[in-house]
Amino acid sequence: MPDTLQRRAVLLAGVSLLAVNAVTRSQARTIAGGVPWTPGAGDAPTAEGSLKFFTPDEAAFIDAAVARLIPADDLGPGAKEAGVTTFLDRQLAGPYGHAETWYMGGPWHDGTRSQGYQSRLTPAALYRTAIKAIDDHCRQAFGGKTFSTLSPDQQDSVLTDLEKGKFKIEGIGPHAVEIEGAKADSFFSVLLQNTLEGFFSDPIYGGNRDMIGWKLIGFPGAHYDYRPYVGQHGKKLPIEPVGLRGRPGWMPNQS
Amino acid sequence: MAKKLPAVDVVLVGFGWTGAMIGEELTAAGLRTVALERGGWRDTSTDFAVTFAQDELRYMWRGHLFQEPAHQTLTFRNDSSQTALPLRHLGSFLPASGVGGAGVHWNGQTWRFLPSDFVLRSHNEQRYGALSQDMTVQDWGVTYDELEPFYDKFEYLCGISGKAGNLRGARQDGGNPFEGPRARDFPNPPLEMAYGPTLFGQAARDTGHTPFPCPAANMSRAYTNPLGVMLAPCTYCGFCEKFGCGNNSKSSPQTTILPVLMRRDNFELRTESEVVRINMDSSGKRATGVTYVDTQGNEFEQPAEMVFLCAYILHNVHLLLLSGIGLPYDPRTGEGIVGRNYAYQVVSSVDVFLGDRILNPFVGAGALGVGIDDYNGDNFDHTGLGFIAGGYLACWNTNGRPIEYHPVPKDTPKWGSKFKKAMAENYLTTATISTHGAVMANRGNFLDLDPTYRDARGRPLLRMTFDFHDNEHRMSDYLTDRAVDIARAMKPREIHAKKRTGHYSVVPYQTTHNTGGAAMGSDPKTSFVNKYLQSWDVPNLFVTGSTVFPQNAGYNPTGTIGALTYFALDAIKKQYLKNPGPLVQL
Ligand SMILES: Cc1cc2nc3c(=O)[nH]c(=O)nc-3n(C[C@H](O)[C@H](O)[C@H](O)COP(=O)(O)OP(=O)(O)OC[C@H]3O[C@@H](n4cnc5c(N)ncnc54)[C@H](O)[C@@H]3O)c2cc1C
Ligand code: SF4
Repeated sequence: MPDTLQRRAVLLAGVSLLAVNAVTRSQARTIAGGVPWTPGAGDAPTAEGSLKFFTPDEAAFIDAAVARLIPADDLGPGAKEAGVTTFLDRQLAGPYGHAETWYMGGPWHDGTRSQGYQSRLTPAALYRTAIKAIDDHCRQAFGGKTFSTLSPDQQDSVLTDLEKGKFKIEGIGPHAVEIEGAKADSFFSVLLQNTLEGFFSDPIYGGNRDMIGWKLIGFPGAHYDYRPYVGQHGKKLPIEPVGLRGRPGWMPNQS
Repeated sequence: MAKKLPAVDVVLVGFGWTGAMIGEELTAAGLRTVALERGGWRDTSTDFAVTFAQDELRYMWRGHLFQEPAHQTLTFRNDSSQTALPLRHLGSFLPASGVGGAGVHWNGQTWRFLPSDFVLRSHNEQRYGALSQDMTVQDWGVTYDELEPFYDKFEYLCGISGKAGNLRGARQDGGNPFEGPRARDFPNPPLEMAYGPTLFGQAARDTGHTPFPCPAANMSRAYTNPLGVMLAPCTYCGFCEKFGCGNNSKSSPQTTILPVLMRRDNFELRTESEVVRINMDSSGKRATGVTYVDTQGNEFEQPAEMVFLCAYILHNVHLLLLSGIGLPYDPRTGEGIVGRNYAYQVVSSVDVFLGDRILNPFVGAGALGVGIDDYNGDNFDHTGLGFIAGGYLACWNTNGRPIEYHPVPKDTPKWGSKFKKAMAENYLTTATISTHGAVMANRGNFLDLDPTYRDARGRPLLRMTFDFHDNEHRMSDYLTDRAVDIARAMKPREIHAKKRTGHYSVVPYQTTHNTGGAAMGSDPKTSFVNKYLQSWDVPNLFVTGSTVFPQNAGYNPTGTIGALTYFALDAIKKQYLKNPGPLVQL
């Protein structure tokens, strides 16, 4: 980071020099041990820093839930290890969480499944409402325990009930999401979709840490030129995944 | 009060594929042309650069290049007995906003319709007898032979990669044997084929079909088009549909027309300028221009001698309804034209789990695939099948973007360790066969103005009433069964056939192939425009795009949109400019 700032200062100085006497010279530099830039320095940092949307209790809920949706197991790390909670936290704090691009005018009706999302809750409000409702339900059903403190089996049974629509969360409306005719109930399907997004999207959004999701399935990420490989029928390609900011191996000081 | 601007010869409402084509031809003919585009300027190096274009979350799932429902959406219901509700976010289709329109983020699957598609009603009645009363299908009023030179023109503008199957009536090995005759071959050879589509092609041939490489607006080599604009070879990046191309390898207004058009001094593009009304004179027979609003809310009146609606079907029909032009369709009486014969596409798929063969789905291009046309249109005998029309079957390698694409076998749980394992096991080794079916016009499917919901400017939203009917379900099931036959011949470990069952839903993405609402034809009682896309009632108003399809065929629409546009432009240049008035006399 400081290096980038210094470079910017030098560049700016160069510009004004240029304006004054039309002569400028860049300074000689020695570069060793890695590339000389900080990845994504121009982007808002997503993965770093403290929670921006969730309360610590909500984050514990999400950690626990996404760890059941895509668990860490003998195949490797899961959604929690991939940073899906951080991903979701940033998404819900931003334009997606506020439904900034959605049509949110009334009147409000339940509608049919084929009419799609019809809740007046934004994604951020949906998560806040649903997490509280599910924790209240867990406290009643499991002797005062919240979702994140249940055993994995108990958590799975709560999630299964949610998926099957066995218990409804009051006040969020039935904004059903239908994928291939499967009845997926409201909050559960949003959570599952967002978990997949966090597991498989570019690491700049805070999830898919170390490209865990991509490595699991063999997706090379942000590569843009596969011309040499089109005709390599049936071959596993020797390509390491790369993200929009490069890959950790390029930045020895950062990985 | 709207500020009145100096008059021009031509005003284009919307600046996507059709707007760019018309702008180029009419400025070349010497006309002063203004294009009004509601979205912003965007171009390859600034907006779709390879350093950030391949971002699945941003473009596909957060819809960075699409219309924002907060600004403009529509309401939807399956039938007239229901209350239509707004699409609060996009799903089933993804209308564009911004220069280049959906031409920026299409896949480039560039087909010609079949000769029989243009005479759908008369052809099918002649062969199979009377059609169901509810099917309001009709002939187009234009023939394949009339359109052929203009299909050719669009394909050479774009640099389509493909292989002819029919050159002036002579069948060509390796191409589509069912296509109408072409005067010459495609401008570029087919793309190099990936493994999955290759295996599909072998199985299709083994089962008695005639596979061919699908026509693609992704460049198989460097290409310079007739306007002198250069496109670069496609890199099979796998971020095509829903994304802009970072390489100038996908045909779009930006990569085929704009570098030439933007330099002409009789052309002006105004971005962030949304047309809100087509203005008419007191006779109701002449459009005087349009009214538009910029992002600061300033209102302008742009007078013009000719008005072209190029705003995509949904907005073209919306603007006609809001401007009170033409008689709105009434489903109870069957009278009226505007909004009538809205149609779409019916798609299904079969996942083919090959188990041991590595396919590398991410090595993809928007139109990289092998198809068969044996079950499209009337290429097969429908006697006793209970439906007309059909669709193509294709195995595409368009992408392996993992949020969207992580095939798992049937009955896999939707989450948990088993789900995770299934994703890991099948991602590299699964092919998908898609079916791409036609949708017939039906008296119950239409577009009109919503009585309740309003857009950000306080105007009624467009209302869509649409469902799949018997013809679509029977046809789609038939196509899916044929796909299963071929899938089995690929010797898979297992397959998963995903039939299109139940009601049409706006939730999952299907296609952005909405059609109809201002059909073309030869009878003003059942069509809004004549074969030259000219309004019967208002001869200086032209409507473009899939808006004019009387029903949809079993292909992606844009090849035909391009052909119709150039066909109309030819008549406009040769006849209308000399003698403005109706191009078809009744
Ligand atoms: C994801 C996706 C994939 C596709 N893939 C294929 C494919 O593989 N093959 C195929 O054949 N077709 C495909 N299509 C369809 C293809 O993109 C369209 O058929 C084509 O772009 C239509 O051209 P058009 O000029 O009618 O509309 P567009 O190209 O969409 O242009 C319309 C323009 O009008 C502007 N506009 C709208 N309303 C107003 C207003 N009131 N005032 C001013 N401007 C306005 C819009 O912002 C837009 O820029 C795809 C579409 C999408 C979205
Ligand atoms: S697949 Fe080819 S044409 Fe499509 S975006 Fe990638 S490089 Fe461009």
